[in-house]
Amino acid sequence: MLETEGLTIRFGGHAAVDGVSCAFHPGTLTAIVGPNGAGKTTYFNLISGQLAATSGRVRLKGRDITTLAAPRRARLGLGRAFQLTNLFPNLTALENVRLAVQANSGRVLDLLGRASRHRDLADRAMAHLAAVALADRAAAVSATLSHGDQRKLEVAILLALEPDVFMFDEPTAGMSVDDVPAVLDVIAAIKARGDKTILLVEHKMDVVRALADRIVVLHHGQLVADGPPAEIIASDVVREAYLGGAAEAGHG
Amino acid sequence: MLRALLSDNLPRSRWLAAVLIVIVLALALAPFLFPGAKSLNVAVKICVFIVLAASYDLLLGYTGIVSFAHTMFFGIGGYGVAIALARLAPDWGAVALGTGAGVLVAVVLAALIGLFSLRVRTIFFAMITLAVASAFAILASQLSGLTGGEDGLNYRVPEALRPAFRLVEGDVLGVAVNGRIMTYYLVFLVSLALVLAMMRVVSSPFGSVLMAIRENAFRAEAIGYRTVVYRTVASCIAAAAAAVAGALLALWLRHTGPDTTLSFDLMIDILLMVVIGGMGTMYGAVLGATLLILAQNYLQDAMAAASQAASGVPLVANLLHPDRWLLWLGLLFILCVYFFPTGIVGRLRAARGRG
Ligand SMILES: Nc1ncnc2c1ncn2[C@@H]1O[C@H](COP(=O)(O)OP(=O)(O)OP(=O)(O)O)[C@@H](O)[C@H]1O
Ligand SMILES: [Mg+2]
Repeated sequence: MLETEGLTIRFGGHAAVDGVSCAFHPGTLTAIVGPNGAGKTTYFNLISGQLAATSGRVRLKGRDITTLAAPRRARLGLGRAFQLTNLFPNLTALENVRLAVQANSGRVLDLLGRASRHRDLADRAMAHLAAVALADRAAAVSATLSHGDQRKLEVAILLALEPDVFMFDEPTAGMSVDDVPAVLDVIAAIKARGDKTILLVEHKMDVVRALADRIVVLHHGQLVADGPPAEIIASDVVREAYLGGAAEAGHG
Repeated sequence: MLRALLSDNLPRSRWLAAVLIVIVLALALAPFLFPGAKSLNVAVKICVFIVLAASYDLLLGYTGIVSFAHTMFFGIGGYGVAIALARLAPDWGAVALGTGAGVLVAVVLAALIGLFSLRVRTIFFAMITLAVASAFAILASQLSGLTGGEDGLNYRVPEALRPAFRLVEGDVLGVAVNGRIMTYYLVFLVSLALVLAMMRVVSSPFGSVLMAIRENAFRAEAIGYRTVVYRTVASCIAAAAAAVAGALLALWLRHTGPDTTLSFDLMIDILLMVVIGGMGTMYGAVLGATLLILAQNYLQDAMAAASQAASGVPLVANLLHPDRWLLWLGLLFILCVYFFPTGIVGRLRAARGRG
């Protein structure tokens, strides 16, 4: 389904992602872990097209997408939620999600139709907001939402894209404990559908343990371990590379 | 019905609605309410600048594009009609051809500028448009065989738009309905149609993408929108509207030159209209254009009267001298921008929110 081959990016002399080869399969949730600065977000940026690789390839459904721009990759089914909240600040929560539904609907160059008349788009957007327990905040301008609600909105936008590949980058970071279950439930529900490829960057080991089918460990931009959760969590390489780093850095 | 006409983009403030109704009614009845050459000239300018400001708002307010080439497209429309009428016969065929050619050139040029330079940062794009517009203004004055150079072109308009033309024998409401009034209504109706069309565009699914791009272009790309394409299409629409506005003014003035269409002062005026009226609202363009054109045309008169009245008080009389009008206009702008950062429309809507 999704595959990277020797994926590398250098910033100056420093390889932030260094020759990562890995394949991700439908129906599987892969947790990507590693200390702060390991290159997890950069790896995501290379996959979804925000950054261009120095070398290596990215393939989606057998198709080489290495040189495609981000919008093309999104339309091919790569969905991305961002670690740093990244919304349309002066638009309402509903409008934020409606734009994602619309991007996914193909009705994008409609110049003379009235957006407010596309009830179906707004209804679908509303359903996605409800899925993250944000329906009651639909009319709020997104910049005025609390941090936790903004994180949920970030997830709702990803849901609205209805992608084949879901990429979550620390979806619960900085959220209050009350808000976390709503987001984890959403991820569990996507996983339960069985046909989606899910990549989850997450520092919290309990979350990883609860959701992941497989763990990939990045360290200094390199893939240092890959396997079933129980095995990876018990292994030395993770204890050194990840748990050591995470203990001092907390979760960012 | 009204809702459909406004494309669900309602004023959302009673005061704003009232002001808009007054402006539209005053413009619709201008030849009868304010007879006289000067006031009709002001009314035409208001109509034309409402279209210009609204189309500029599509770029600046809705899409977040800063362009200094808007008057270039305005000029292209004006010269299109002027050259067609001066070279061919003064008939409707020439008007249609001139307008069509002007719009086509404007759209193609906007598309080229857009596709080549909308990838760069806002500030660089603004500089590129400035360079292209300056080059165009120089070109227009150099190609004097075609454009009349610095003097511009004078030409005759179709029969029905000439002063000697009479639609009906005798007067209507005490006013002779001549070709000037016919021209006025042509300008008014086309302007109205253009503004309503642009309101339709900004409330369409396409328009909502423009706002998304203004808010966060990076995220718009990440959810699948190719921002360059959207920005370019928006530029083309704005350029087409500006070109038609230029064509309308050319028909009214029967003269087209660099000063009437291409001057950088006009560009600054348009920018101020949009900012003072309220960016990203469309209605702001209507208010801003009306206010600025009225100020430009009547502030001097008002000041002359005030200066007369204060003739005994030396400093005040001097400050109110008509030659100081630009100073006062400047002051008015600064106060406006300082106290109404969201423009007049934003201010009126906020007042409703509290009231
Ligand atoms: N655009 C860039 N220019 C230069 N260096 C960059 C850039 N983006 C990332 N880096 C560097 O690449 C390395 C990996 O960063 P990245 O954000 O991918 O880490 P991460 O694993 O997501 O960390 P965290 O857990 O803190 O989110 C860091 O050293 C970072 O400074
Ligand atoms: Mg990160």
